[in-house]
Amino acid sequence: MTSVIGAPNATETRIVTKRLRDRPEDSWTLDGFTQSGGYEAFRAALKLDPEAIGAEQVAAAGLRGRGGAGFPTGTKWSFLPKDSYPRYLVVNGDEGEPSTFKDRMLIENDPHQLIEGIAISSYAIGCNLAFIYVRGEFALGFERLEAARRDAHAAGFLGANILGSGFDLDIVIHRAAGAYICGEETALLSSLEGDRGMPRIRPPFPAVAGLYAKPTIVNNVETLSTVPHIMRMGGAEYAKLGVNKSTGTRIFSLSGHVNRPGNYEVELGITFRDLIESPELGGGVRNGGKVKFFIPGGASSQWLTGSDEHLDAPLDMDYVQQTFGVMLGSGAVMVYDETTNPALVAWRLAKFFAHESCGKCTPCREGTGWIEKVLYRISHGYGRPQDLDLLLDVGDNISPGLNAPFSQTTICPLGPSAVSPVVSLHKFFREEVIAMCQNNDRALDVTASDSGASDLGAGE
Amino acid sequence: MAFTPENLLLANEIVARYPKTKSAILPLAHLAQDQDGYLTQDAMREIAGMIGVTPAEVLGTCSFYTMFKRDEVGRLVVSVCTNVTCLVMGGPEVLEHLEQRYASDKEVTIEEVECLAACGNAPAMQVNYEFHESLTPGSATEIIEAYKAGELTARGVSGGVAGGGQG
Repeated sequence: MTSVIGAPNATETRIVTKRLRDRPEDSWTLDGFTQSGGYEAFRAALKLDPEAIGAEQVAAAGLRGRGGAGFPTGTKWSFLPKDSYPRYLVVNGDEGEPSTFKDRMLIENDPHQLIEGIAISSYAIGCNLAFIYVRGEFALGFERLEAARRDAHAAGFLGANILGSGFDLDIVIHRAAGAYICGEETALLSSLEGDRGMPRIRPPFPAVAGLYAKPTIVNNVETLSTVPHIMRMGGAEYAKLGVNKSTGTRIFSLSGHVNRPGNYEVELGITFRDLIESPELGGGVRNGGKVKFFIPGGASSQWLTGSDEHLDAPLDMDYVQQTFGVMLGSGAVMVYDETTNPALVAWRLAKFFAHESCGKCTPCREGTGWIEKVLYRISHGYGRPQDLDLLLDVGDNISPGLNAPFSQTTICPLGPSAVSPVVSLHKFFREEVIAMCQNNDRALDVTASDSGASDLGAGE
Repeated sequence: MAFTPENLLLANEIVARYPKTKSAILPLAHLAQDQDGYLTQDAMREIAGMIGVTPAEVLGTCSFYTMFKRDEVGRLVVSVCTNVTCLVMGGPEVLEHLEQRYASDKEVTIEEVECLAACGNAPAMQVNYEFHESLTPGSATEIIEAYKAGELTARGVSGGVAGGGQG
């Protein structure tokens, strides 16, 4: 494993984001899309054996899901039972993982690229009706997708007998209504069926019994947006990008205390330091400060610190998991400088998870609430020195062993995700948190965000 | 109020898109909320009739989702993010300011929401699901005032554009 130590000079490698960066004035229109090579990969794919697309292109590219879990896309497709139809492709566009904002950009600014990815993938897996489950808050994204779908239909890229190939495909764009849990694929399917968005026990996996109990593949927006480029480049060529089993590029949503927050598409294998400090990427910490800690893969991941060991780790999904027990997850990197109180960040994350727990599994429904209450009192000046151990005990009931990857007493990973900030506080900021409790320090005056938990803390 | 003739046509078209009609609950509830300003009991009854489930099932589904307002709200729903990037970039200060400023303004409903996927330009808010980013308490107020004065055109309360934005 190599890593670049010293002055970082990493740059973007724009593949999926190339069009929306090159032509910001019309990247979302059919003309803007077709004038920059759009739908050519689909046209070419329609001349291929469908099964070869999954095996020889997508699997060979080493493409892994960009939504969080990093599961190999070609392998997922191969789980579909033979000769069982209809089967559905469902696009997970319910981007809600805190500090992730890449899918919104792809939906709003390159909707045809997503539709082309859906079309190629649907052809590859034998699907004639695909669904895009788009986050309810993305009103503009929904409009752009609807317009793109209509235009693609009118131009003959969707509908019956597409381009004379005999292949039929329609797409339904489904607007969600504000529930983070629906980003979990089985909850998403429940929601798409018109129910409360609660996760389902697996097996059966969606590939066997998903939407309407039919074989279903659920893929993320960025994952599918990458498919046309894999077809264009060839799977083997795409696999040359990246590092080890983290092939290709990924879009990292960089936010927080950096000089240049934003979405950056980079080749996997550069380091966190490159991403945060390179003048063409994050541009370093604001005010010339230092990284105190950062969350490397969305709110569900455990944290890393500003140590050289952590900053110089490569963006390699397996390496960071095996070495530090963190994940690249959804590609969100949140950076906090030395002015930040980690207990406050942990409390706000816990409040999020408690709010978004669907209530199906007792350890999560009850546990996330208790984690939030105890973190509230720690971060607001009412903590007790033994509170961190209390939190670990609560966490152990949701995620036994407190390890990553998670073990869990719940159906889905939301509950265990709420334990990540607790474990991170314990690992890196134990002294600081205990000192806060002993001194009754308040992290920040955040009365506007005060939760109902204040009664509990103040009454002690 | 029942769906207008125009929205009823659209609603029937939405139901027809899905292999199973119950899938249409969310899009129909958005349509009704845009029309009526919030999700009324009558609308949930009408939706239930259209797709062949009980009104309780529609309520059961809709009550799960934060975007559906089952009580009257202002014409402008302002959703302010205070999640972990906005938290350290001034989101709570924007929220506190707006909550105080519009506490007695019936036209404006201020709510605290979870991450809106606008963290690159934090802090962020939405007004009827239109994004506004890189805010200060002052600029957020100016934006809301511009909507109130009609200088900015608001979407429906569910984020649709008047006349079929949920199409």
